[in-house]
Amino acid sequence: MTEAPDATLAVILTVNGERHAIRVEARRTLADALRDNCGLTGTHLGCEHGVCGACTVLMDGEPVRACLLFAVQAQGRAIRTVEGLAEGGELSPLQRAFIDNHALQCGYCTPGFLMLGTAILDRDPDISDEALVDALSSNICRCTGYANIVKAVRAAAAEMREKVPA
Amino acid sequence: MNAQSPHQPGAGRLVGRDVPRVEDSALIRGRGRYVDDIAPPGLLHAAFLRSPHAHAAIRGIDTAAARALPGVHAVLTLAELAPHLTDTRLVVALPSPAYRLELHRPVLADAEVTHVGEAVAVVIADTRAIAEDAAALVEVDYDPLPAVADCVAALEPGAPLAHSGAASNLAAELTLEYGAVDAAFATAPHRFAERLSIHRGGSHSMECRGVLARHDPLDDRLTVWSSTQTPHTARRMLCDLLGLPEEGVRVVTPDVGGGFGPKLIFYPEEVVVALAARLLTRPVKWIEDRAEHFVATTQERDQLWDVELATDGEGRILAVRGQMIHDHGAYTARGVNVPQGAVSAMPLAYVVPAFRVAMKVAATNKVPVTPVRGAGQPQGVFAMERLLDRAARELNLDRAEIRRRNLVPGDRMPYATPLKTRGGMQVVLDSGDYPRCMAMALEAAGWDAFPERQRAALAEGRHIGIGVANYVEGTGRGPFEHVSVRIEPSGRIVVATGAAAMGQSTHTMLAQLVAEHLGGDMSRVHVIAGDTAAAPMGIGGSNSRQAVLAGSSAHVAALRVKDKVLHVAAGLLEADEGDLEIEGDAVRVKGVPEMKVMLAEIARAVAGAPGFAIPGGRGPGLIAAEEVVIDAMAYANGTAVAEVEVDAETGEARILALTFSHDCGNALHPRIVDGQLMGGIAHGIGNALFEHMRYDEEAQPTSTTLADYLLVTATEMPPVRILHMQSPTPLNPLGIKGVGEAGVIPVPAAIAAAIEDALSPFGAHVTRVPLSPVDIVALIDPAAAA
Repeated sequence: MTEAPDATLAVILTVNGERHAIRVEARRTLADALRDNCGLTGTHLGCEHGVCGACTVLMDGEPVRACLLFAVQAQGRAIRTVEGLAEGGELSPLQRAFIDNHALQCGYCTPGFLMLGTAILDRDPDISDEALVDALSSNICRCTGYANIVKAVRAAAAEMREKVPA
Repeated sequence: MNAQSPHQPGAGRLVGRDVPRVEDSALIRGRGRYVDDIAPPGLLHAAFLRSPHAHAAIRGIDTAAARALPGVHAVLTLAELAPHLTDTRLVVALPSPAYRLELHRPVLADAEVTHVGEAVAVVIADTRAIAEDAAALVEVDYDPLPAVADCVAALEPGAPLAHSGAASNLAAELTLEYGAVDAAFATAPHRFAERLSIHRGGSHSMECRGVLARHDPLDDRLTVWSSTQTPHTARRMLCDLLGLPEEGVRVVTPDVGGGFGPKLIFYPEEVVVALAARLLTRPVKWIEDRAEHFVATTQERDQLWDVELATDGEGRILAVRGQMIHDHGAYTARGVNVPQGAVSAMPLAYVVPAFRVAMKVAATNKVPVTPVRGAGQPQGVFAMERLLDRAARELNLDRAEIRRRNLVPGDRMPYATPLKTRGGMQVVLDSGDYPRCMAMALEAAGWDAFPERQRAALAEGRHIGIGVANYVEGTGRGPFEHVSVRIEPSGRIVVATGAAAMGQSTHTMLAQLVAEHLGGDMSRVHVIAGDTAAAPMGIGGSNSRQAVLAGSSAHVAALRVKDKVLHVAAGLLEADEGDLEIEGDAVRVKGVPEMKVMLAEIARAVAGAPGFAIPGGRGPGLIAAEEVVIDAMAYANGTAVAEVEVDAETGEARILALTFSHDCGNALHPRIVDGQLMGGIAHGIGNALFEHMRYDEEAQPTSTTLADYLLVTATEMPPVRILHMQSPTPLNPLGIKGVGEAGVIPVPAAIAAAIEDALSPFGAHVTRVPLSPVDIVALIDPAAAA
């Protein structure tokens, strides 16, 4: 049994505050919908089975694997992708910290790490070093050996703490 | 950014400094342009049907049901493609007299499949999902044949044949030897033999492979975007196979999400997608998924080494000899360079008077083997370092001391070894001080005081151990890389190269080297890498070569352009050349900044006007193209010291600290050098403890997800300390050696040694990598594990 290719559903995705009215098959993943239907190719696919984390986006502020969600599941939720991190063209503290600490090489895993890091810092900017490394272990990078990614997230945390004194 | 901080003596205004990377601005915003991000209008999508069998005859392929699925544009097998191809095989093997079987890969399998994952047909459809649905409807009548999974068993008499019709599974055999080996063994006071089983897995760049082809009928040109490390090779292959002239094919590497070796070869998917786009007159894209990557992208895998070391009474090496069996996989997708590189790397750091290792390369029904970051060298280093540890233990020598006695001493540089490269050129270690480099690592790691730490830990019931390993790596494989430097009439500087970027900061490296001499402003330099339309020739990315070869060409080309700029400017400014400097977008008189002429003006002046003489009298244009030829490899070296703690109950090995001293000559960008090393070190930790590409006895792959095949994550990374020595090589004008693979090479050997040391109370003897917790428990109590 094969579904007819035109058996599509109307879905409204809210991505980085913008509404995208799209038609997708029920089986279309959120990652594919973001990339192909919304034209937001900053979200990358590394394994399509939920291990590598390259496709990490935020859904209502929580980091999720966009390859493990269907687009239809994201209807009515606020999705945030790497394209939404820079506000008014200005890089977020975490993006700047990634550049300053050489936390990216090929850049393929970077959007996923940025979204994961953003969620970690939103949740707990005072996160301990150990907990931070543990949280970052949910994504995979083949280039950097992670040390500079950890450094970058710490640097961004420090900057955010300075801005918002406790 | 700390662009002002000079990191090394002799740093230039940009070179040798941690300048901002030119790649980052787009990548950090999610505006990279990887191959899957390109979607021309009318795009169709490809899915490959792959063999589920390790070995089977194909009796027939029925594509009717697949073709009937709505949204499907074509289902192509070799029968449909062959009339449009000059050859139905990919003849890509590097030259070598070693081959015993001709194992060229077919464009698509038609008579026989010889590994799980081999492509049999391709479906082109409106979407990838439809293409995959249709691929499932293709009916292939397979007649399963006996498969050979293990490279050692493959060479035994009566083994199933990986290819029916082949005389045997011996794909190639070669021996690397010099000196009177057997005579040395006959009289040596000490001989130490080891049987070592060394496995490496895949590359697993986070971006899998991908290719997009579009035929433009207006200019009758086929453009192929491929995540390849070697675009010029890809163009040559496509021209050859499709019978097209070079100007009719353009290959572009967009942003590439990591290469690590396997993306350097030419793959069936590249020609199939290109041909499909021509046949259908629509753009066609294929993006490999991770499941495919495990069975369709080349890997490194198993080697079994039987090796023996002869020493005198003081542990000085007299000779090394042995045999090695190498798992080649089902086809020759590159050559015998992995086993050859492994064996060549084995003696390189040490004075080894006589050496002979015979290699047998076994065809198996598995994914073809080609280089992964390190390209065999980690295996060769592992073999040598295991032998030295064994000798030290039996001779009651400190493991560092036996290495001190045997490392090539600094005062013998350049040191001409009796070894030859695969191109037949003598291996000459050009520069460095290996004993001093090792001493740096040992000191930083607290080697001498370790026995005390170990005793104290043991008193608390903790098993800690330390291990050391040295490597010498041939980097910067020649013969050349093309780079052109041009100043456009707008004053913008354009650099075009045959080098291909895959994440190693190639654009930054070239912009840095060129801007150094042409005004010091990297933002004015535009680098085009990996586009055959921009560079007439090129070799591409492999062998830690691009900084050495492309860097040298860029440096020389920039100096030539600078020379001409100053010459023409001197005429225009009526000043002496020696008084001029290039600053930003202008040439000015030193100390009189208002006396200047813009680079754009100079470029326009020498662009020429009909009937007028070109100012300066040195011909038109501000352009220099260089292919600096460097045949000899620049030998980098280093030492890894690993300290581990092993849980004797669970077999968990935790790396407490890793110290890495190295010498890659001058560093163009110290932070990028560190980044390359760290990535390699992480890969080496994976090779030591985690990464295992598993197959069952029927050659069915059993580790085909990233949940089964474990890549190192942030929690597995120990504190790493990197120490730098800088012995500039005389072989290139920059004094640099490659560094892209260095990190991975000694790490498995150092970790294995540390684990053995930690388990010395149990008399453990490590002869394999990777070492899973199960393997480690078996080291402690072989009986319990059995």
